[in-house]
Amino acid sequence: MLVKRGEEIRYSEVTPWNVYLNRRRFLAAVPAAGAALFTSRASAAAKLSAVKGPFSTDETVTPFKDVSTYNNFYEFGTGKDDPAKNAGRLQTSPWNVTVEGGASKHQVFDLDALMKMAPLEERIYRHRCVEGWSIVVPWIGFPLNVLLKAAKPNAKAKYVAFQSLYNSRYMLSEAAAGIEFPYVEGLRMDEAINPLTLLCFGMYGQVLPNQDGAPVRLVVPWKYGFKSIKSIVKVKFVEKEPNTTWNMANPREYGFYSNVNPTVDHPRWSQATERRLGEFFKRKTLMFNGYGDQVAKLYAGMDLRKNY
Amino acid sequence: MRWIKVPVFILCLAPALWLVWKGFHQDLGANPIEFITHATGDWTLRFLAITLAVSPLRRLFRFPGLIRFRRMFGLYAFFYGSLHFMTYLWLDKYFAWNEIVKDVYKRPFITAGFLAFVSMLPLAVTSTAGWIRRLGGRRWQALHRLIYLSACAGVVHYYWLVKSDIRKPLMYAGIVLVLLAERVITKMRKAKLATRVLVPQSD
Repeated sequence: MLVKRGEEIRYSEVTPWNVYLNRRRFLAAVPAAGAALFTSRASAAAKLSAVKGPFSTDETVTPFKDVSTYNNFYEFGTGKDDPAKNAGRLQTSPWNVTVEGGASKHQVFDLDALMKMAPLEERIYRHRCVEGWSIVVPWIGFPLNVLLKAAKPNAKAKYVAFQSLYNSRYMLSEAAAGIEFPYVEGLRMDEAINPLTLLCFGMYGQVLPNQDGAPVRLVVPWKYGFKSIKSIVKVKFVEKEPNTTWNMANPREYGFYSNVNPTVDHPRWSQATERRLGEFFKRKTLMFNGYGDQVAKLYAGMDLRKNY
Repeated sequence: MRWIKVPVFILCLAPALWLVWKGFHQDLGANPIEFITHATGDWTLRFLAITLAVSPLRRLFRFPGLIRFRRMFGLYAFFYGSLHFMTYLWLDKYFAWNEIVKDVYKRPFITAGFLAFVSMLPLAVTSTAGWIRRLGGRRWQALHRLIYLSACAGVVHYYWLVKSDIRKPLMYAGIVLVLLAERVITKMRKAKLATRVLVPQSD
């Protein structure tokens, strides 16, 4: 019986596996390379020099690779590795930060002007996520109070509200992320002007990678990480406690204050311990993430169980 | 056709081997313990769904031979479930029993996960031919309906632990729901058919 065979593919015509893989890798690299061409800040080597600042810990610094590939930045995906893959689309230049409710109605600070308001300092802070992991990061920036003082808040201002950039063209929808956008956060005025509170532009001697909140973010080291809002476009002085994104999403689980507190559990998990990235054993979580000397006085007489 | 079980067995083992491979190459990301926890949890749910899909697929494609894989799939669900549970006990909690006990009764998502795992235990134990004989087919089958509980509890466990993005848990919930609904519909159809056979001239 005659069996008709289809045309056989010769080995010479088959793409070798490693070439095939390289091709894939090349295709994957094209958008990133394109993005790098158009945004100068996207290049990983953009150095940022700084003087040594106060309050630094001498604990082992977490590797840059971990801090730049393990992120919560829901605008770019809810998986820990999503922001590193997707945040390349963020345009960080030109960048303006608008301040409202100060000396004049609208004050616009261009990023370059903003960065020159004070000498940049390197501060090595502990950073504790509400999910139970922590890192140690050499941030670069200056105290937020420099900007706040320059903007001259009116006497009625009791809180400061912050807002992240949101662009639905290249960021997740609210439905997909499960939280509202744009992301908003807030601090009480005394928290905002505390010398620990950092307006941050870089880390590890370079400008912030997009996935870590480029080009300008907040670092509030005694509070859970989500209070340290990323990619800030707006700062506003307000009289009443402002809305905050995670509090709106789940008020029972995420309070306005969200101070790191090992004695007040998240309703679904314990906050008594944390996993420092790179360590096998969990370590005990410190009250106010170890910054009690600087900030405990802000909450004197407050019930931290109620004001979680 | 017995040999076909061998490649299927290896395929089912592949996710575990892949984890070991990544572990050896330090490729488990910044938080390896979390990575292992999520991967083994995911594969437990997947194998529960695959096991539950065997009977509906046999009916759909009129392919009764699929039954020969069901025990293997079920045991793989148990295997990945055990790895998941061990990751929690050993890597995450480092056998801090008082903490673990507190977790199980205090944290609903852990309670649900624990229930899902514990209800797989008797199924794994009685998965042998000897146990089917000892229990008798009917009782054995009744016992093994515990997998419905395990799958539901597993999905609830996942749904309760995510922070805000509920797309993946909802996907698993949808799959399990369809697989369970198919059983209810089949049962109702059979019941209808039976009454028709019993009372042929009722109209």
